[in-house]
Amino acid sequence: MNIRGIQAIYIFEMSRAFRTIAQSIASPVLSTILYFIVFGSAIGSRINDIDGVNYSSFLVPGLVMLTILNQSVSNSSFGIYFPKFSGTIYEILSAPISPFEITCGYVFAAASKSIIVGLIILITSSFFVEINILHPLWMLFLLILISVTFSLFGFIIGIWADDFQRIQLIPSFIITPLTFLGGSFYSINMLPEFWQKVSYFNPIVYLVSAFRWSFYGNSDVSIFISIFATLLFLGFCIFLIAFIFKTGYRIKT
Amino acid sequence: MNAIDIKNLNKSYDNGFKALKNINLTVKKGEIFALLGPNGAGKSTLINIICGITKKSNGEVKIFKYDNILQYKLTRSLIGLVPQEIATDSFEKVINTLKFSRGLFNKKPSQDYLDFVLKSLDLYTKKNSQIRTLSGGMKRRVMIAKALSHEPKILFLDEPTAGVDVSLRKTLWRYLNKLKQTGVTIFLTTHYIEEAENLADRIGIINKGKIIIVAKKTDILEKLGTKKLIIKFNKMVNLSKIQKKYDLKKIGKKIIFTYDYKKQNDDVSNLLSELSNNSIKFEDIEIEKSNLEEIFLKLLDK
Repeated sequence: MNIRGIQAIYIFEMSRAFRTIAQSIASPVLSTILYFIVFGSAIGSRINDIDGVNYSSFLVPGLVMLTILNQSVSNSSFGIYFPKFSGTIYEILSAPISPFEITCGYVFAAASKSIIVGLIILITSSFFVEINILHPLWMLFLLILISVTFSLFGFIIGIWADDFQRIQLIPSFIITPLTFLGGSFYSINMLPEFWQKVSYFNPIVYLVSAFRWSFYGNSDVSIFISIFATLLFLGFCIFLIAFIFKTGYRIKT
Repeated sequence: MNAIDIKNLNKSYDNGFKALKNINLTVKKGEIFALLGPNGAGKSTLINIICGITKKSNGEVKIFKYDNILQYKLTRSLIGLVPQEIATDSFEKVINTLKFSRGLFNKKPSQDYLDFVLKSLDLYTKKNSQIRTLSGGMKRRVMIAKALSHEPKILFLDEPTAGVDVSLRKTLWRYLNKLKQTGVTIFLTTHYIEEAENLADRIGIINKGKIIIVAKKTDILEKLGTKKLIIKFNKMVNLSKIQKKYDLKKIGKKIIFTYDYKKQNDDVSNLLSELSNNSIKFEDIEIEKSNLEEIFLKLLDK
């Protein structure tokens, strides 16, 4: 196992994030603060409690999840796409490092960055609202599982993309809308029955629901169904990455 | 011992283009091998297949007896690659990019060794500079330093001096010769015949995906080279008889007699005797040897 190779990719990716701290950390934190001000303080004060939780506090897990999903996908897709774009991928491909090790380096770095951002948002939100985490270990487990899963997904997007526009395509047109419609800002139970049923086809509903459960003990969907769905998606991403490296799709000619 | 052993290597792309056609090639340990060829001949494709960047269609590539696919971790750890294009992480510091390369190749960190490489390539004073602030020549040296950062046994240089000024080119040649003294095998592709002539122990010429010739530099010159005997006269002379007999080319007050590089015959002395017997006085004599460039162009024309 080329541990030093994984470390090299990990350190390189993390140092890139710290070099561009305004873009990678400060920007998502600022966006989340704005969400709290607008939805939490201004609008939220006029909304009733949901499942016995104050609306501003209810928002926290959804906002963390919104950030985690976007950060994981964009960190990871950019991480692998940029060497392809700049030509430096030659070094990775000619190094004694296996596809599994390459994936570990990029995905762990992307997941670490989004976990750091997620935790910063959590800490920041504690200045605005009261937060109680009923199941902190589950919260941490879900944070890691979802970050890794969506970093794997981002890695696939980064390999598939052949220009910068495509990198933004899936996060902008799929991840963000699904997250907004996945119960980040409301409970699925608040929707009319028809839209509730439609919402269950949205995979993000399961993630947000599970994550909110780790905070307040309430969920729209069973926590185990949520974890199972996430693990299924994780397995699908691993299978797709294995296929990509086996065939050299968009990496080797 | 062979550092590189290639047998029946072929590469075809999905669109049907055959980039490499049945390549058979060996490169000995410790030698400098230069692969010459025009644009699109297959030089970079060959290097990329050996290094694992491009997939082969079929055939076999061995690095120090190890298969480059089945034992890719082992073979790649022995190889350093300097690609044709300058591809660096512009915002990274020189020393950090070297540490990254060394780590990627699973080598223990060694500040001393990296400092040694940087000093050898006159980059030490720039070790903490961002790569984007360096000149083109320096960036190319950074690429070489990265390739050397994990102490490879074979160094591949894909047109290392393309677009580099004469002074830097000569500095690099000196450095590559020094590297050779340490036992590193060097495989380079180049457009510059002068580069191959100055550096290489053996030369291969590739065109349209096929290797045309592989031989020692001196052997190529002897086998395919020609010499020209140029005789200058101080006035126009009538040489019709001699001209036909020796197939001479007459240009103004000059005649040119072309003969094989290695061929031992009496034609030169016979020609001179004949001129003397006919009381034809000449002003000057010159002998020109053909260079690798002429041979290269001749081979490509075939």
